[in-house]
Amino acid sequence: MIDRTIRLDRSWSWRSFFFQWEWLLVLIFIAINILNSFLSPYYLDVDTFVSMPMTFLDKAFIVLPMTMVIILGNIDISVGSTVALSAVVMAVSFNAGLPMPLALVLCLVVGSVCGLINGLLMTRFRELSSVIVTLSTMIIYRGIAYIILENQASGKFPTWYSTLGWGSVGGIPIMVIAFAVCAVVFGLLLHRTSFGRRIYAMGSNLTASRYSGVKTGSIIIIVSVLTGLMAGVTALFLSSRMGSTRPNVAQGYELDVIAMVVLGGVSTAGGKGRIGGPLLAIFIIGFLNYGLGLVNIQAQDLLIVVGLLLIVSVLVLNVGFLDRKKRPVSPTRGEKEIQEEDL
Amino acid sequence: MKRAATFSENFRELGLLVFIVILCAAFQIRNHNFLTLSNIRDLLADTAILGILSVGMMMVLLTAGIDLSIGATLALAGMVSALTVFAIPTISPALSLLEGIAIGVAAGALIGLLISRFNVLPIIATLGFMNILRGITYVVSGGAWVSSYQMSDGFKSLASGTVLGVRGLVLIAVVIFVIFAYFINHTRTGRQIYAVGSNAAAADISGIPRRRIILLVYVIMGALAGLAGVLWVAKFASAQGDTATGYELSVIAATVLGGVSISGGSGKVSGLILGTILLGILNNALPLINVSPFWQQAIQGVVILAAVLTNVIVKRNNQRIALRRRAI
Amino acid sequence: MRREFSRIVRIVGFVAVALTVIGFMAACAKPVSKDYAIVFKNTGNPYGDKQMSGFKAGIEEQGFKAILQAPAQPTAEAQIQIIESLISQKVAAICIVGNDFDALQPVLTKAKTAGIKVFSLDSAVNPASRLTHVNQADSAKIGSTLVEAAFDMSGGAGDIAILSATSQASNQNLWIDYMKKDLQDPKYAKLNLVKIAYGDDIRDKSVSEAEGLLQSFPKLKVIIAPTTVGIAAAGKVLTDKKLQGKVFLTGLGLPSEMATYIENGACPYMFLWNPIDVGYLGAYTGTALVKGTITGAVGDKFKAGRLGDYTITKAADGGTEVLLGPPFKFDKTNIEDWKTVY
Repeated sequence: MIDRTIRLDRSWSWRSFFFQWEWLLVLIFIAINILNSFLSPYYLDVDTFVSMPMTFLDKAFIVLPMTMVIILGNIDISVGSTVALSAVVMAVSFNAGLPMPLALVLCLVVGSVCGLINGLLMTRFRELSSVIVTLSTMIIYRGIAYIILENQASGKFPTWYSTLGWGSVGGIPIMVIAFAVCAVVFGLLLHRTSFGRRIYAMGSNLTASRYSGVKTGSIIIIVSVLTGLMAGVTALFLSSRMGSTRPNVAQGYELDVIAMVVLGGVSTAGGKGRIGGPLLAIFIIGFLNYGLGLVNIQAQDLLIVVGLLLIVSVLVLNVGFLDRKKRPVSPTRGEKEIQEEDL
Repeated sequence: MKRAATFSENFRELGLLVFIVILCAAFQIRNHNFLTLSNIRDLLADTAILGILSVGMMMVLLTAGIDLSIGATLALAGMVSALTVFAIPTISPALSLLEGIAIGVAAGALIGLLISRFNVLPIIATLGFMNILRGITYVVSGGAWVSSYQMSDGFKSLASGTVLGVRGLVLIAVVIFVIFAYFINHTRTGRQIYAVGSNAAAADISGIPRRRIILLVYVIMGALAGLAGVLWVAKFASAQGDTATGYELSVIAATVLGGVSISGGSGKVSGLILGTILLGILNNALPLINVSPFWQQAIQGVVILAAVLTNVIVKRNNQRIALRRRAI
Repeated sequence: MRREFSRIVRIVGFVAVALTVIGFMAACAKPVSKDYAIVFKNTGNPYGDKQMSGFKAGIEEQGFKAILQAPAQPTAEAQIQIIESLISQKVAAICIVGNDFDALQPVLTKAKTAGIKVFSLDSAVNPASRLTHVNQADSAKIGSTLVEAAFDMSGGAGDIAILSATSQASNQNLWIDYMKKDLQDPKYAKLNLVKIAYGDDIRDKSVSEAEGLLQSFPKLKVIIAPTTVGIAAAGKVLTDKKLQGKVFLTGLGLPSEMATYIENGACPYMFLWNPIDVGYLGAYTGTALVKGTITGAVGDKFKAGRLGDYTITKAADGGTEVLLGPPFKFDKTNIEDWKTVY
């Protein structure tokens, strides 16, 4: 790929290879597993490893498109509300008589529409930052969910529905299989298609991309729709996990998702990051939460641990790069040096 | 030939002002008790803390940063000062304020160092600290709350005391706004903040102490959050571990509504005041307009979106007029 | 080429780790914990802490170990995570203070299938999820007590309003339903319920809602706030506006939070129960279920330590419950004693 081959005059060093974010995350992941198995005898158990992913994978579906959103240089804090609205519409329509498979499709449609509205607002009103657009829609979507369901719960789903969030196929949880499929699709989209390359381009320099003929408007809309769609998927699994739904589900999901993406090495400045990072981050945070939960660590201590994890891992990486940044940039090699830092 | 810019061109957030006026009129029609003196006083008192925080947030946003930890800083400063007042009831309220500010400064300095010296992204640093500070708040308080009877009257009067009929809380907020407006518009450091956010590399090369400015900005934000924390627990006469959870979103909303750009470098104090007031009006008026509580959230969202869109449309209109004028 | 190499190394690394881990799994024997777990709604809540400490005292009194857990966020999703973790730890019983009436059903069913005794406390979960429910006071009685208090404070006639927590809280909605039913009694014909406001148990929102009630209904006589954050917020608002004696406040509140407002007259009296006792009762309910002394059916009897004997009765939601006792009244005469307890 273009960005690698330019590095002709820099010798490949072990340090530059290993000091990539993803490697650090792999190390952290292994460390957490070792820590967890020492902390609690209940950790190394087949049942644990089957149950554990299902507790955090529901929001992991949103991490995939959110990676794209953040690479674009945008942000989307309306995802939690989109999950709530999709779930509420699905439950209410099912209880009103719609056959369950159709209700599931409706859930995905509602999610996609919510994403579409976000995308349209962002492209029709380019002056608005994604923050303010998704902030307003965050409030509106959940507000609509409250109007629909008020203070009731809606559920009574058919019994086969609970297998989505609780069941396994051949010992592997269905959620894990579904997530793996989605992860592969998004990974291919981001790293193997021109669509993905354009996302990186837009994240690096929006104006230049536009003038280079990249249809920025369409791409923003597509990414927004994907985000909404995945929020719908989350709603499907979450409702299955809970057996019912209310307007107040999935609160705080947006911050959790953003934390996972950002821990995965995707810069909010845009244009940088790979899908592998957030994937690892999902499992790191999930396993850490669960493992420490097995020793009944108090919630307040867990908060401190996760916060420290976030900061320390970033610090370590920055320190690794620190001296390189201080090296003087010569006029001839400057450009290549700068490109080195990307991706 | 040069023409002096018209008022509407200068006042970038004119659309927002018009929107607020119309909104107030609508609320007043719905409930005649909205624009009464007592309600306006409630509104100002309830919006004062939001205002103090949005001043700090505006400075952070101007440097193209963000601070998600202010709710947690607020909670920690408030909890510690409340615990201190409980332990030492004779402590002077001014000292409590200083204590809160000191905690905020410490938190802000740590965050600022991470961002300026270690190149940690603001969102990561503040997200991490949001968790850490919140955890520390729970640990420090031992899960307990500090209640009204445990606070001295002097402490509580920080927020409820009046000076010439105006709540002390509101006065503090106004003073902070005035100082901030002067600082950001008429001092060199203030203008440098704009420069850093507008183009960090250019600022660096121009000799602006970029790192120091970024550190300063987060320290100020922390100080204001600490101050707000003490005022908060004094106002509500209660310190809880989960105080102000999620409040940072409201503060960001108020700032961004006011036209402060999230990518840094632009934003005016006039806009900030309007954004804060709009949010304060919404919080105050929604319980008044007698709609089903289940509609409150949707209405709030629609109003915010409408305000933002109105602002954009007015700006576009202005630009079109200006463009046409230049063609001649 | 280099990229493919690094990717292969990564995959191999992962597989190696996975195999080692799986190898360990088979080797370890899994102990069965004899512990009793209680899961409260959220951390940093002194009421919850007192409940959990009562539970812990009751469990340890009987020679077992207690696990106290509460999530950072008051959501059902967070409680599902905790319950999964407890299932992995193979605890003997789970006492759940639910953040949601229905949403915990699948995970609690999984716990029951795993042989764990599941019962709820304070904030109930639906009958299908639990064996029984430990209720602090009869829900109907809470409602009627509060309506009677409002009647008394208003002088027999006038506007009253309710300031609740979130619109989704099941016990709040239950009490409010009972209050509305009671208000239809001809005795309360002159009482007019003007609004039910939701403060979401968030301090500043509760204050805004309380101020809104006072602004919108100038003839308001009584505010009923059956939630600790709401009643304290309303108390502060009434105190700041110097409305003691003109507008009255009652509801369910923590004595520590309400001490100032009971002493200054904003709230003549209010009610609650001893959360320590509720937790203590929960502890004995748990051990009785595990021992087999009771199965959670109506009519089951058991002894709850220092609290005496209890019988399981039918609950309003279709399941069963065990009641601690009547709600306790706090007023000027006893607030001094209780404000330091909880």
